Amino acid sequence: MSWELNADRPLYAQLIEQIELKICAGVYPPGSRLPSVRELAREVSVNPNTMQRALAGLEESGLLYTQRTSGRFVTEDRELVKRVKHRLVREHARAFLAKMLRLGFDHEEIMAALSMIMKESEK
Amino acid sequence: MSDTILECRNLTKTFGRIAAVNEVTLSIPRGNIVGLLGPNASGKTTFLKLCNKLLTPTAGEVLIAGHKPGNESKKLVSYLPEKTYLNDWMKVSEIIGFFGDFYTDFNSGKAYSMLEKLNINPKDRLKTMSRGTREKVQLILVMSREAQLYLLDEPIGGVDPAARDYILDIILENYDPATTIILSTHLIADIEKILEQVVFLKEGRVVFHRSVEQIREESGKSVDSLFREVFRC
Repeated sequence: MSWELNADRPLYAQLIEQIELKICAGVYPPGSRLPSVRELAREVSVNPNTMQRALAGLEESGLLYTQRTSGRFVTEDRELVKRVKHRLVREHARAFLAKMLRLGFDHEEIMAALSMIMKESEK
Repeated sequence: MSDTILECRNLTKTFGRIAAVNEVTLSIPRGNIVGLLGPNASGKTTFLKLCNKLLTPTAGEVLIAGHKPGNESKKLVSYLPEKTYLNDWMKVSEIIGFFGDFYTDFNSGKAYSMLEKLNINPKDRLKTMSRGTREKVQLILVMSREAQLYLLDEPIGGVDPAARDYILDIILENYDPATTIILSTHLIADIEKILEQVVFLKEGRVVFHRSVEQIREESGKSVDSLFREVFRC
């Protein structure tokens, strides 16, 4: 999973979204230790202070926690991860739906297109 | 230790009738990566030269950790000039020896390990190298000092996009939250993700000085597109 950042939106918000995604996808599994701010900032090529701000935001929401001497860890609360996952799926689905409606499709057409694509990708 | 690493008040430098730097008042806090952005002839290089005492102000002043540019400030500042001053017949290892003699805060171990990572042979002479490699060597030398303030004049100007990524990585690798990096460039899109603050210069004046995240939040634009808007011809 690579990092994709657009320079026209605050980077810390995008970093939060992408780290959430990585936690949900199991790239950073529950209870695992996260790389340091420095390492992450270099990996993504962003300012370390911006990365710090994103991680602080994720701590606030409980997805990450800091252990004084040993670093930052992903929460072991699998229920919380699940809830984030559900929130993400709703967000992405809503964004997709809004785009399709703007293109002039109605709900039925969108559902039809979706199930067709799903069938195709099963093959 | 004050929180401000660089401060200038009404800093002005005129050449004949032209003010290359015009009443610049600016305060840069410690622990920051600051982009000094402006089109050609906006005063970026002149400003950095004033900070390094390569030029003296016509009016106003600049202070680095409270010192006027001079011997004291040079101990704190590591400067990458726009043009090279290194002898191209020298081997990289000889230049590293030179820097070690000149600067007490120079860390040769750091320099050698960065050279190794970039596959640059310390036994090579500068003149046998491509421009991109030479720029990397110069930046490695400058970043190998344990300085408080790094002033980098166009660190990515002459190199291809892949080499730019390397250079940004060198900067991030060496960035320490206690130090400050001010770098000038007009290649904003390549560099804006590592910046925390930007100063826009236009005809020697500061157009604005702001946090980059604040720019994105308030305008919904990248620093690059804001720049294109401000400096549209």
